[in-house]
Amino acid sequence: MTNVGVVGAGVMGTGVAQDLAQHGHSVVLVDNDPDALDAALARIELECRMSRMLGGPQVDAEAVLASITTGTSLELLAETEVVIENITENWDLKSALYAQLDVVCKADTVFVANTSAIPITKIAALTSRPDKVMGVHFMNPVPMKAACEFIPGYHTSEQTKDVVRALLDSVGKKSIPVNDAPGFVSNRVLMLTVNEAAFLVHEGVADAKTVDEVFRSCFGHPMGPLETADLIGVDTILYSVEVLYEQFNDSKYRPCPLLKKMTDAGLHGRKSGKGFYVYQSMG
Amino acid sequence: MSNDARTQIRTFITTKFPDVTFSDEEDIFALGFVNSLFAMELVMFIEKAFGTRIPNEELHLGNFRSVALMADLVARQTSAAVG
Repeated sequence: MTNVGVVGAGVMGTGVAQDLAQHGHSVVLVDNDPDALDAALARIELECRMSRMLGGPQVDAEAVLASITTGTSLELLAETEVVIENITENWDLKSALYAQLDVVCKADTVFVANTSAIPITKIAALTSRPDKVMGVHFMNPVPMKAACEFIPGYHTSEQTKDVVRALLDSVGKKSIPVNDAPGFVSNRVLMLTVNEAAFLVHEGVADAKTVDEVFRSCFGHPMGPLETADLIGVDTILYSVEVLYEQFNDSKYRPCPLLKKMTDAGLHGRKSGKGFYVYQSMG
Repeated sequence: MSNDARTQIRTFITTKFPDVTFSDEEDIFALGFVNSLFAMELVMFIEKAFGTRIPNEELHLGNFRSVALMADLVARQTSAAVG
């Protein structure tokens, strides 16, 4: 059992916390918004109850919740061995957080950035322990996905890789190693695909349902790109495309104005009850 | 109660999928217009609309495959609550 800190109780942090707790790890989930923590616990309970129905194992929701401690203070992470960061894809927020983590955590605590597009080497440079920082790109929904991208930074040590690989093995995740670059492999392709799909809707070439239907029926994908955008979070898609644009300075990564408008309007997808589609909310 | 439950459940589904026609007995998952993630929305909707908490042993896709099966589930929960 590893004592793992999870920072950020959004869609990904909640999934990571659930997955770790389901596999017997002790989890400290930290977010600066108490409402986000309450919502995360409610979501985890529902996901555990639903696990068998969605093709997963039978999960004891009470036991999972008992393995998760929550709070708003980073000080709670003082005794953790690994911290997995899942906050908003925003460089200023990440910069402030890693500086604080570097102070409150033990010197040998490993930091894992579950980022969508920001390079790991750049994040590691925010700390005094770049050898103990690496990236893992978890897929959503985390407990249901069997693999993740495994991204060492320039200075990541072999020991750090071993610690993180062992943790991923313990939750049944295959680690697929890729080199550090903005967006890695998955999001370099996926975010542009979703962005271009949003442009099709924005330009009136097809509505969201039709775009997704093409991917489902013609390509055999289980979900279309705009359903996927709603699952990931429309705001997260926008921020990731913006990071790619900033990192590469290439106009092919220009974000679709529709993604900006939807993000501003709070149409963030499943988590907000409405995105390209409308959903039953938990409230 | 059961007819009322059928109406509410059908309305919930057809609001989301206005172009699809299906009977109360048809398997909505087999028809292919919903996926397993929609099952979670169905659970949330039923628990909220009918003020019930579905027990773990009832949380399987077999209970959510059709409007009729979901209405039966609601009837079982509400009668259990009364009894």
